[in-house]
Amino acid sequence: MITLDSTRFAYPDGASVFEDFSWQVGAGEAWAVLGPSGCGKTTLLYLLAGLRYPSSGEIRIAGELLIKPRPRTGLILQDYGLLPWATVRENVGLGLRVRSFYGPDGVHAPSDESIPRPDDRIQPWLDRLGLTPIAESYPGQISGGQRQRTAIARTLALDPDLLLMDEPFASLDAPTREGLQALAIELRVERGLTTVVVTHAIEEAALLGQRILLLGPIPNKTAEMFDNPEATDTAYRGSPEYVSMCSRLRQAMEAAE
Amino acid sequence: MKRGQVLVAAIAIGVVWEGLALIVRRPILPLPTLVIQSFITELPRDLGEHFLASLWRVIASIALSVALAVPAGLILGQSQRLDRIFSPAIYLLFPIPKVVLVPVVLLFFGIGDLPKIIIIFMILFFQILVLVRDQAAGLRPELLHSVRSLGAGRRALFRFVYLPASLPAILTAIRQSVGTAVAVLYVAELFATQRGLGYYIYFTGSTLFDYPKMYAGVLAMSLLGLGLYFAVDWLHHRLCAWQFTQ
Repeated sequence: MITLDSTRFAYPDGASVFEDFSWQVGAGEAWAVLGPSGCGKTTLLYLLAGLRYPSSGEIRIAGELLIKPRPRTGLILQDYGLLPWATVRENVGLGLRVRSFYGPDGVHAPSDESIPRPDDRIQPWLDRLGLTPIAESYPGQISGGQRQRTAIARTLALDPDLLLMDEPFASLDAPTREGLQALAIELRVERGLTTVVVTHAIEEAALLGQRILLLGPIPNKTAEMFDNPEATDTAYRGSPEYVSMCSRLRQAMEAAE
Repeated sequence: MKRGQVLVAAIAIGVVWEGLALIVRRPILPLPTLVIQSFITELPRDLGEHFLASLWRVIASIALSVALAVPAGLILGQSQRLDRIFSPAIYLLFPIPKVVLVPVVLLFFGIGDLPKIIIIFMILFFQILVLVRDQAAGLRPELLHSVRSLGAGRRALFRFVYLPASLPAILTAIRQSVGTAVAVLYVAELFATQRGLGYYIYFTGSTLFDYPKMYAGVLAMSLLGLGLYFAVDWLHHRLCAWQFTQ
């Protein structure tokens, strides 16, 4: 699904984040990218989203060279991703409106898709994520958890095959975060999505990632990877495997510093 | 602010005026009742026509400023390179009191509506340009990234992000400039025209010495400014409902 081949990325100020970095993600895999702040994990996500470009080397998604945001990739950010002047319903429908705006041109929207009635694709997601009662509210009027549900609904309404998330639940309180983590796992399993979640929290990486990529201090040339196949639902949080995975990750993070 | 409060304030101002007029007892300060009477009788005659002439000039200026300043502000707001080139010029031109240019504009554009419209345009243009530019430049990168990730290119970003984001700035700029615009309109209408409230006020006051009529003109000009202010306020509440629900 994703192939990074000898990718190099440096910021304009010269700080090199990735050098000769290669990584492969198979279709349907659930990855967590873990690392301390400043390790380049958000940069990696933006590279995958087509919002930044490697200085050399190449990134391919589903076989195609990535040179701009790809219509079938969904991106969910920590915060500020919703239009403050649009209601929840309008925000959920935004991606579909953007697609209708361009038509199925294969560049901004998939070429094999027509959207005759966007409402038919919006309402089920509002219902599914419990947003119908607040559908006419603005983002400023709802809770952080509801905002993040709106962002998820907006992304999934576009029927993505790859979902990228940048610290999606970091600013939420613990019960809300756990609820949304459960939802994320449920949706991933149900829709067979390939997911990449970027997080700085060891516990979140161990819960959401069936495979975990650990980034260290920049520049990253190689990265440690961990297999965590048991992470298929939130009950995993109570298991000894989960606890030992967390401590392995913690040791590896400390060793990398 | 409620309608009742505005009404009470209007009555209070009328009472103070009435008291002052009774104390001064000169033709130059007629009683408000007399002025309102004159306003009502004159409105269907000349005053209405002059009012419409002034209204047209202000509305045309607002439309022209929005049409030119909004795209310019949006372009400068999203391109740091262009903004660096143009912002020194804007920085110098913005604070110039445009009213001093009235004679120059009249010289170049002659008689008729055009020079008046251009003068008000110059005031509104910079106000809208600066506010829209700052609004567009202040948009969070996260918002732009996430909308781009939904497939939006440059055109869709303009349509779905930059334009709605700058709407409050446009309305704020117009509301802030309405008072100045009407004041400058008065000055502009003193020259080379026989239509408009500025001309009407000057002519009835300084030539005819008909002070109730002159004050009726002043009242009409105040109502013009007030009406525009309320209209923009109403549009703001209607079009930017999200800003008023917390």
